[in-house]
Amino acid sequence: MQEQAPGTGRAVESVFREEHGRLLASLVRRFGDLELAEEVASEAIEAALVHWPVQGVPARPGAWLLTTARRKAVDRLRRDQAYAARLAVLQVDADRSAPAPPADAGADLPDERLQLFFTCAHPALPSEARGALMLRCLAGLTTPEVARAYLVPPPTMAQRIVRAKKKIREARIPFRVPGADELPERLPGVLQVLYSVFTEGYAASSGPDLQRPDLAEEAIRLTRILRRLLPTEREVTGLLALMLLVHARRAARTGPDGELVLLEDQDRGRWDRTMIAEGLTLVAAALTGGPPGPYGVQAAIAALHDEAADLATTDWPQIVALYDVLVSLTPSPVIALNRAVAVAMCDGPEAGLALLDELAGEEPLRDYHPYHAARADLLRRLGRLAEASTAYRRALELAGTEPERAHLRRRLSTSGSPAPNGAVDT
Amino acid sequence: MKYMLLINAGTVDANGAAAECEVQEWMDYDKAVRDAGIWVSGESLADLVTATTVRVGPDGERSVVDGPFAETREVLGGFYVIDVPDLDVALNWAARCPGARGSGSVVVRPVADFGA
Repeated sequence: MQEQAPGTGRAVESVFREEHGRLLASLVRRFGDLELAEEVASEAIEAALVHWPVQGVPARPGAWLLTTARRKAVDRLRRDQAYAARLAVLQVDADRSAPAPPADAGADLPDERLQLFFTCAHPALPSEARGALMLRCLAGLTTPEVARAYLVPPPTMAQRIVRAKKKIREARIPFRVPGADELPERLPGVLQVLYSVFTEGYAASSGPDLQRPDLAEEAIRLTRILRRLLPTEREVTGLLALMLLVHARRAARTGPDGELVLLEDQDRGRWDRTMIAEGLTLVAAALTGGPPGPYGVQAAIAALHDEAADLATTDWPQIVALYDVLVSLTPSPVIALNRAVAVAMCDGPEAGLALLDELAGEEPLRDYHPYHAARADLLRRLGRLAEASTAYRRALELAGTEPERAHLRRRLSTSGSPAPNGAVDT
Repeated sequence: MKYMLLINAGTVDANGAAAECEVQEWMDYDKAVRDAGIWVSGESLADLVTATTVRVGPDGERSVVDGPFAETREVLGGFYVIDVPDLDVALNWAARCPGARGSGSVVVRPVADFGA
């Protein structure tokens, strides 16, 4: 960290965002209590806001914050002996199970954030709280910021986070990195939380904005941190590659009025080539040195799209082959749907439609608008316009975001028969 | 920290006894819990047909009825209370319990600590 001139508010702010997760993780490790750690972390930041503009940002801001926070925690524990007694018990237990923190030469604080990743993504916590906790504890977002990102009222988000923290404290969900034997079981849960934060930002499930780049970018930032902490876990690398290779298309994904632009219509000149290049390097690493994992394979599929000049020259046979691998790793109707779309590109709409019709009975697809939209597109390409209209209408009933609905309305209006007026009220 | 492991049998026979029950597995598990030095208490409950339900009304009148019967999908068949450092350790012990397999399940609940 560079020495900063006094009064540079923006620099101070960015320091806090970067240091918050590290600071919190160090405090949690020392005191074994998230509540106390958050409290003294924010007090230390408040103290910095008073002192740094006058005295300048210290050479080692992280160490300054940690020392200040620790002093405040010790004061607090001196005042409240009962609390201290309870934490002393916790601390003994935490010491027993906590492995040594990974060495990190470049930073002025040891990086102990890995334990927090596993605590925030603990399977005993409600799934809707896991991403929120990660953004709060590791990305340094405030509760109102997390609420805005998830499009929920701040009191709802505050309650969600408070409840999760209560469970961590009272059921004693540990702050520890799972052992090597547990890692294969626990790591996918952490990756799943990161990916859900990413997809939530990439395609908002409701509301006027198709994209909230903040969430997608926060997910990428967190995944980068996780990858530094677990550099040899290839699925972490695969997930980061997947995020970058998808996020590289963000500028082309929406039109000037916020409307959805499908892959086939995107201006590929607007794709972020730097990000693609980084993603391609990572995907190679993710697929080297062992059998591929689901994120690595999905990243490889994204890479083939990113490398193609247009839809026609895309390597569809290779994409179908990768979907075959993915189906064998994690069988799911949604993956089967994506595979069917790839088959349609490879072998024609008839072949794809046959596969889609085989999936018609699958529970999660019945109300999944991309299924009906994909079916509608294939029917349209086969000239079966009446059936296409029906399928577009079904997709329209189910679509979550306004840009997605607008896209489907445009498709519906070009597929021959206009929407019946007043006949169906959806 | 104490946790109670509530062992639910997913399916019971006509007498309300757990259908899937390997005595040797349970004996091995019980021994493992005791050998680990984490055992606080634990009981296996008699068949559900022997259960009786008591309620006391607002005026103090007592109602005693036979049951409950095995209408619910899961029937409490027994419990352990174990003393372990944290939830992960408790979950690992729950996962080793024979009652967690097949149609059964184990619910892990921290025992409330009122700061005694």
